[in-house]
This record gives sequence, structure tokens and C-alpha cells, in this order.
Amino acid sequence: MQKQQEKHSKELKKCRVLGPVATIFASSTTGSWRLERPVIDYEKCIKCGTCERFCPTNVIDVYKDRAECVVINYDYCKGCGICVNECPSKCMKMIPERGEE
Amino acid sequence: MVFKMLDGNEAAVEAMKLARVQVISAYPITPQSSISEKLSDLVAAGELKAEYVRVESEHTALSVATTAGLTGVRAATATASNGLALMHEILSMTSGNRVPIVMPVVNRGVAAPWTLWCEHGDAMAQRDMGWLQFYCQNVQEVLDLTLLAYRVAEDERVLTPAMVCLDGFFLSHSMQKTQVPEQRLVDDFIGPYIRKNTYIDPDDPMFCCDLTGSDEFTEMRYQQKYAMDNSIDVIEEIENEFEIRFGRKLHIVEGYKTEDADVVLVALGSMCGTAKYVVDKMRQEGKKVGLAKVTVFRPFPVKQLKEVLKGKKVIGVFDRSAGLGGQGGPVWSETSALMMNENCDIRNYVGGLGGRDVTIDNIEKIYNELLEIKEGKRTVHTEWIDLKENPMELRQVTKNV
Repeated sequence: MQKQQEKHSKELKKCRVLGPVATIFASSTTGSWRLERPVIDYEKCIKCGTCERFCPTNVIDVYKDRAECVVINYDYCKGCGICVNECPSKCMKMIPERGEE
Repeated sequence: MVFKMLDGNEAAVEAMKLARVQVISAYPITPQSSISEKLSDLVAAGELKAEYVRVESEHTALSVATTAGLTGVRAATATASNGLALMHEILSMTSGNRVPIVMPVVNRGVAAPWTLWCEHGDAMAQRDMGWLQFYCQNVQEVLDLTLLAYRVAEDERVLTPAMVCLDGFFLSHSMQKTQVPEQRLVDDFIGPYIRKNTYIDPDDPMFCCDLTGSDEFTEMRYQQKYAMDNSIDVIEEIENEFEIRFGRKLHIVEGYKTEDADVVLVALGSMCGTAKYVVDKMRQEGKKVGLAKVTVFRPFPVKQLKEVLKGKKVIGVFDRSAGLGGQGGPVWSETSALMMNENCDIRNYVGGLGGRDVTIDNIEKIYNELLEIKEGKRTVHTEWIDLKENPMELRQVTKNV
């Protein structure tokens, strides 16, 4: 198997081509679109799970057994603010991504 | 080698068949239709082993041909007039992706006014889309320049698509005696299609034509400019090879009796045949006139045309397209830029639009005007040489009936 892979990689050769062609295949995560991010005041949070249910991208998990009970995956959170609007105990707010303004 | 009676469209088909095109996606349009039809007949009869894709428009015809070309086959299409206009967007895809398609363009005016007939306005409108452009004088040149175009376009130093422009009806539908080379000779000259640049292949994937940012776009355009600049020498080299193999001399610019000429007319396409006749006729009357026939318009043959026009004091340029809003037609503009440091008088003539014959009389009239300008007997010239006397009074309609 190792030999096969080595053989394959040795046979690859760099060729000069003209015109548009992509040589690196990459996608950026949707979190890069975010202008503001939601943050949680854990003192006020009642662990109800409303934010988790309303999140349109399903990136919020609520762990009732943890002190920092609300976990947001910022790689994919687009910063829409729906969680902040829906929070019944008003323990969430949006803060700017690029520092305080 | 055999002689056949062919019209221009049949000669184009003959050349595409000899080049063994593998994928054809053509949409019929007058006066190109018989190219589409004849190719489909050949495929149906099994005389040409190719995939014939029936498409719903010229936009798709060139899209299919371009992407088929990217898979690594010799792909073909052909069009005219409004069909070429509809291809506009894809023309740049073909050239930008460096797919060397050879496409006969049967010159016809672009509507409106609706016309079916010849002028160069359709091809001239696409002159900056990164395609080579060859203009044919007669049916033999349609065959020869198409064969030549395959070699030039597919050359590694060029990799640029080519239009072979033939005048609608004057060439496309007029029968002439044409020398057709044997398949074996053409196989030796053109050879099988080899993919030399990027390609679409599931076994070796790459992503062609991705979004290109401002950090690289200029360089990719420059690659095309570089190819255009190279191609003129490649054309010269392959024309020499063509002459050795097939015995016919092709020219980038042909100077016809220009060496001792007092005045020279620059022209393209089928009207050059008439112009040569007029040159012979006027020389019998002792008037020293000459013709510069431009076969390659893209890239513009700077060196070759300059050589032919060297030392000429009065030059006329005949544009078979209106060049609306410009100072003159496109051939005149290029010629003027070419000669800007020379001490000469370059006059722009427009005529032969929408199928109007470029007659012996009109070319003679141009030459006589140029001679009078040279002798100081005349200052103004007749820009629209074949315009009727009453252009603004052509129609009257009854309104509010």
C-alpha cells in the first residue's frame, strides 16, 4: 500500500498551463461571514434551551450539567442574532466581531 | 489531389472533414445553414466519425464545442451574423480557456435592418474577443485557410481559437473549382488532436475556469496577448510548410501590384478578387494602382502590412462594415494607427453593406479619387462609396390611420 502511494506521488508532475484553473481546493466556513457574535451571561442563563431550538443553522448545544452551559460553534454561526432575540431571560447579547467600536 | 466544384460552405465542410473533427454542435443560420446540414449528413452516413450534438441556440453550440474541446477532442461549430452575436459571451470563454476551436463564420450583416446578406459587421464586432480572424478571397482560400487555422490555433505557442471568415453568398453559395488535398496529406499536416493545456477528465480532475481575482486576471489576459503576438510568426511558418506540402502560397498580407503603385487600396474578403481585376484593368489604361489584401486581421499584421504600404503617400481603406460612431471603419482605424508615423494620407471608404455588390465601377471610382488626391486635384473623398442619393428619404408611412 505504502509503495503504491509512493509510486503514485512520484509520477505526478508539474506542468505549466495557461488560463484559469484552480490548483488549491478549499472552502471557507460560513462563520467567516459574521459581523457580530452572540455571547452569554451564564449567571443569568436559566438553561431553558430556547436558543438551541431557534438557531436556524443548528450550531448551539445546551448542556444543563455544565457551568458554561451554552456552547456555540463559531465556525458556522453566521451571527444572525435570532438566539438573542428569542432568549426569554435576556442573558444573551450581540457584540461586534472587529473589536469595540 | 483532385479538383471539385464546391461552394464556400462545402469547402469549409470539406476542410473540417479532412481535419477529422470529433464533436460537432452547430445551429443552422442563413447563410451558414448548409455547413450544419452537410456535416450532419456526413455523420449520419458514417463518412465522418463524430458526435453531432443538436443544440437549441448558437450560445449553446459554442458552449458545447468549447467544453467538448476541453475534454480533449477536436470540436467544431460554425455560424453567421446574429448567431455570432449570440455567441459573444462564449467567444471569450473559448479564447480565455485557450480552447483552439476553428470556426467558419459566414459573414452577414447583423440586424436591424434584417438582412441575410454579406458584410463584415458581424465578425468585426467580435474582433477583440481573443480569436484569430482570417478573411477569405475565394473558395480555395476557405479550404486552405481552414486547414491552416487548425495547425495555427492548436500550436502550443498559440492555443487560441480561430474564425475563418467567408463572405455570405458571394463565397458561401458560389461554386468554384477547388483543389482538395488527399486525406493522407492532411493527416500528415494536421495530425490527431492532442490536449496541450488544461482539460476536463474524471481520471485526472482539475477545476477549469474558476473565479480569478485582480491579482492574476491581468497576467492571464497577458498570456493571451502573448499568444496573439506569437501567432503571426507561427502563421508565417505554417504558411511556408503549407506551400511545401500542398503547393499553394498563402499570404498574411498580399501586395497585388503594389511595388510601383501610386495609390494602394487595403481590403479584405471576396471583394479583393474584384479589386485585382480593377487593378489589371486600370493598369492597362496606364494608371498605377495596387491592392493590399489583408487575410489575417487578428492578430493585426503590423510588419506585413507596413512592408506593403511602405513609402505610399495616398492609401484608401475599404471597410465592409459601418464602424458606427468611429472616425472610420475598423480596418481603416488599424491602418491609420499602423501608419501614424509615416507621412501619408489614408482615406476611409465604407461600402458593400447588407449584400450590396462591391462593383468594378465603385472600386474604379475609389482608385480615381485616390489618384486625384495624390495629384492634388481633390481634397474630399466619398466616404460611403455606394450610398444612394436620397438616404434620408427612403420611406414614407401614413400615420394615425
